[in-house]
Amino acid sequence: MFVSYKWLQEYVDLTGITAKELADRITKSGIEVESVEVLNKGAQGVVIGHVVEREPHPNADKLSKCLVDIGEGEPVQIICGAPNVAQGQKVAVAKVGAVLPGNFKIKRAKLRGEESNGMICSLQELGIESKLVPKEYADGIFVFPSDAAVGADALELLNLDDEVLELGLTPNRADCLSMIGVAYEVAAILGRGVKLPAVELRENGENVRDYISVRVDAQNDNPLYAGRIVKNVKIGPSPLWMQARLMAAGIRPHNNVVDITNYILLEYGQPLHAFDYDRLGSKEILVRRAKAGETIVTLDDVERTLTEEHLVITNGAEPVALAGVMGGANSEVQNDTTTVFIESAYFASPVIRQAVKDHGLRSEASTRFEKGIDPARTKEALDRAAALMAEYAGGEVAGGVVEVNTWQPKEVVVTITLDRINQVLGTAITKDEVANILTNLQFAFTEDNGTFTITVPSRRRDIAIEEDIIEEVARLYGYDNLPATLPIAEATPGKLTPYQAKRRKVRRYLEDAGLLQAITYSLTNEAKAPMFALEAAAPIRLALPMSEERSVLRQSLVPHLLEAASYNRARQVENVALYETGSVYLASGEHELPNEKERLAGVLTGVWHAHLWQGEKKAVDFYVVKGILDGLFALLGLEKRIEYKQAKREHLHPGRTADILLDGKTIGFVGQLHPVVQKEFDLKETYVFELALADVLNADVEEIRYAAIPRFPSIARDIALVVDEHVVAGDVQKAIVAAGGELLKDVAIFDVYKGDRLPEGKKSIAFALRYYDPERTLTDEEVTAVHEQVIKAVEQQFGATLRG
Amino acid sequence: MKERLQQLQQEALDKIAQASDLKALNEVRVAYLGKKGPITEVLRGMGALSPEERPVMGALVNEVREAIQTALEAKQAKLEQEEVEKKLAAEAIDVTLPGRAVRRGNHHPLTRVIEEIEDLFIGMGYTIAEGPEVEKDYYNFEALNLPKGHPARDMQDSFYITEEILLRTHTSPVQARTMEKHQGRGPVKIICPGKVYRRDNDDATHSHQFTQIEGLVVDENIRMSDLKGTLREFARKMFGADREIRFRPSFFPFTEPSVEVDVSCFNCGGHGCNVCKGTGWIEILGAGMVHPNVLEMAGFDSKKYTGFAFGMGPERIAMLKYGIDDIRHFYQNDVRFLQQFNRV
Ligand SMILES: [Zn+2]
Repeated sequence: MFVSYKWLQEYVDLTGITAKELADRITKSGIEVESVEVLNKGAQGVVIGHVVEREPHPNADKLSKCLVDIGEGEPVQIICGAPNVAQGQKVAVAKVGAVLPGNFKIKRAKLRGEESNGMICSLQELGIESKLVPKEYADGIFVFPSDAAVGADALELLNLDDEVLELGLTPNRADCLSMIGVAYEVAAILGRGVKLPAVELRENGENVRDYISVRVDAQNDNPLYAGRIVKNVKIGPSPLWMQARLMAAGIRPHNNVVDITNYILLEYGQPLHAFDYDRLGSKEILVRRAKAGETIVTLDDVERTLTEEHLVITNGAEPVALAGVMGGANSEVQNDTTTVFIESAYFASPVIRQAVKDHGLRSEASTRFEKGIDPARTKEALDRAAALMAEYAGGEVAGGVVEVNTWQPKEVVVTITLDRINQVLGTAITKDEVANILTNLQFAFTEDNGTFTITVPSRRRDIAIEEDIIEEVARLYGYDNLPATLPIAEATPGKLTPYQAKRRKVRRYLEDAGLLQAITYSLTNEAKAPMFALEAAAPIRLALPMSEERSVLRQSLVPHLLEAASYNRARQVENVALYETGSVYLASGEHELPNEKERLAGVLTGVWHAHLWQGEKKAVDFYVVKGILDGLFALLGLEKRIEYKQAKREHLHPGRTADILLDGKTIGFVGQLHPVVQKEFDLKETYVFELALADVLNADVEEIRYAAIPRFPSIARDIALVVDEHVVAGDVQKAIVAAGGELLKDVAIFDVYKGDRLPEGKKSIAFALRYYDPERTLTDEEVTAVHEQVIKAVEQQFGATLRG
Repeated sequence: MKERLQQLQQEALDKIAQASDLKALNEVRVAYLGKKGPITEVLRGMGALSPEERPVMGALVNEVREAIQTALEAKQAKLEQEEVEKKLAAEAIDVTLPGRAVRRGNHHPLTRVIEEIEDLFIGMGYTIAEGPEVEKDYYNFEALNLPKGHPARDMQDSFYITEEILLRTHTSPVQARTMEKHQGRGPVKIICPGKVYRRDNDDATHSHQFTQIEGLVVDENIRMSDLKGTLREFARKMFGADREIRFRPSFFPFTEPSVEVDVSCFNCGGHGCNVCKGTGWIEILGAGMVHPNVLEMAGFDSKKYTGFAFGMGPERIAMLKYGIDDIRHFYQNDVRFLQQFNRV
């Protein structure tokens, strides 16, 4: 809402308060003033001139040579490029020495050999937006009414010496979508009164019912419909001050009748519509829901097909307006219009919102109906509009109002105690202070022993309960006056849940291991959504996505991590190690919330470690990633319960992928990206992993218990076993551990060999074993006995032979 | 004889002084103190002396021996040290060559901000509550005093999946769910961080996915002044000890009264700069007293219980704190961006 400072003064005394100060006070009390704009944008020295003579420029087709009287002695010669400049016009002249918006200084000049002493201005040149300039002057200079005094300040006549406050209104403050509403707000802030416009309506001897009758078939949508007839109007421009106020408020002037309806809309917040009575085609108005398939051509010349969800104004047979949104072209006021039917109605917001949504039409009128108007002002606004049409369009107002009124004003009464106010706010406001605030708001109230009974005026539809009154008191009392305290309550222990604490440790571990934390989008496309999913699920699609790329919820974090790696690679960052923790979304029935599961995933590609001058350079490989995961499981105390199993998974290298099992249950995977997918993402050799984070973090783990530090020496034995090349090291190791029993403390693989020195199809794996007894020093014989059992076991289970 | 000994001593000391390495020194030792050396020879010749002369001469021989021995030892120590020094000098390395780098990763800047805020409130006795990102319309809107058809629903254009299920547009549904779990009994004291989604086109200042942190306290006798005190405490811990806060009236359907909360600019201290756009204040939070409808819907008696709630955007805070100019950076995961947050 744009509020003209000068216009506002008609309703509230603003003596002693500048526009800037007012803006600050309004902002502090609850409505954000987004800007205060000085309309003239620094322009000065523009006066009304009278074009005494106009002739074509001798040397240029498109220019005119004018003699203009600017009230300073002899008329001056001005060269003008506007196509519409003509002898006899009153125009805005920027004199030599004047300044136009943008700090554009006017100097004496020679244009194509002819002297020019100033400039005849268009409204755009005076700083008015093109879309607000009346259509007939859109491509030329603005022509002032003939009674404009030569030499007068043109900027003042155009109200450009005004300042405009732009209010950023929250949806609850629709009452301030009108000058009168803003006036009440400002009056409450300043503690001053409100002067409402005086409506002086003179009716002629006729009866409006002889012209028209009204029926409403949709009373829920339209509880109040009122209308008046104004005859003998002469369509023409509205008074300059009215045009100026409309432009300041962001509305383009059209003609006197339309401008008056818009003026009332701004003043009262009551949208009006003016019909050309003679073009209505009947003597009745019927308000009803549209029939399915019914059409109307609206004022913007668009044919719109309606449904039963839309409300229309009809002439009894066909629509003449889409109620509350836009009039019909068939009944539009035109230059030859002589009799006007003015509609002032209260339409309920749901039906208007539906129309706005379905037709993509949002107007000043529909916005107000959507947010809710004050029906108590509907008829007064109508009377004022009729009076203004009589005054400024030369019309005669027929006697009486046609109306259908089923609106039942609900009186809102709120009772609240002073104690409650102070209790909720934590303040010590006095009874008198509250009374004063309510008085300034012009809320009727009684007070009895600290209990206020308040009757809320119909303009403040946002106030219905105690808390609303508390808010009114608080904002006008001033939040700066609110003390700062801390809750008086029993102390609650603040801490992370075990899950949250572990998740933080997991993140920190991965970061310390060298991975960067990524955060990617949850929405992806249909193709990527199911890729790499640990659990299969149906896609979850948005009803109304903004793009195909972000239309389906992800089931794995890996695809977007790959995208991130690819994004980096495209920017010459080849070495990427990222991890992410986040949700995936698994459908569980159409009317159910999906199963949201937290995952931990990573992508690693490029060089893992480089220390070049000492000749070290290590690319990421499977074992780099596995090592990181091993460390993670060890951190969580799960290393003994984790198993890697060779696996085949879609999009992963068939020979370089493992499923990860916890207590025998698959909880994730790690592997190399399949070359085909690698190419799709434009990556080099890349490794990924994903874990079901909740399974990992929720696994029960025993508390740490101290174990005695070894006091006796241990004995080491190495063995190199030759096995079939398909035998996996993990199985052999498991067999060794089982056979080694209690004395075998640990087993490490220190060499794997495959090649010329072994028979075809064989490989050797070397293990370092360490034997230890916490109670005593082991003898060589004891160790040898166990060690031989170990060798026997692997011979039996894998056909292993000791490598010579 | 005496002269002979004195001459020998002088000769030996001269040679010791001249010896330039341990080998030469050893040769001096063997030459003068060895079994075939001249001093031994002198001793052998002592048999020819008178018994009176013998002890005098013996003492003199010992004196000479000791003098040579001492000189030898001193020279030996000196030469050994020189040798060590030479060896170490040969072992010198270039300490300016780069060390073997320890690979380090780090938090995403949003996590950095979120964890800092979480820890701050944990210190004030809050717990962290989480909830689903795909949410029921009921929890996202209705339970928060936003019935179907409420005009404020325009304010948050949402990603619906079905008519009743959508991607949450704020983390407030976690508050509604947590209150419901408390079954009408306080105190509730939670912080709700998480991802939220809105139908916005991604550009420098908008993202269809972003994060939010909200807080909620419900108990008997919770006052709006408590909200002010709590947020002032937060602002001072987060942005500096001399921060002030200011409330500006606002509107949110789930709180009444509602306020926007500004923090005095941490960049200029309130004098006005480009961070605060010259106002001295930075808008950081939205807050208010929990609307009685919200309390009642979650099973709390709004006559007995009151509460406050607040919410803020980690993206905005990170952008202000680190001077980040484009919200898309948070979701592109450019390594060169992420790595900038790798230190305290
Ligand atoms: Zn600043």
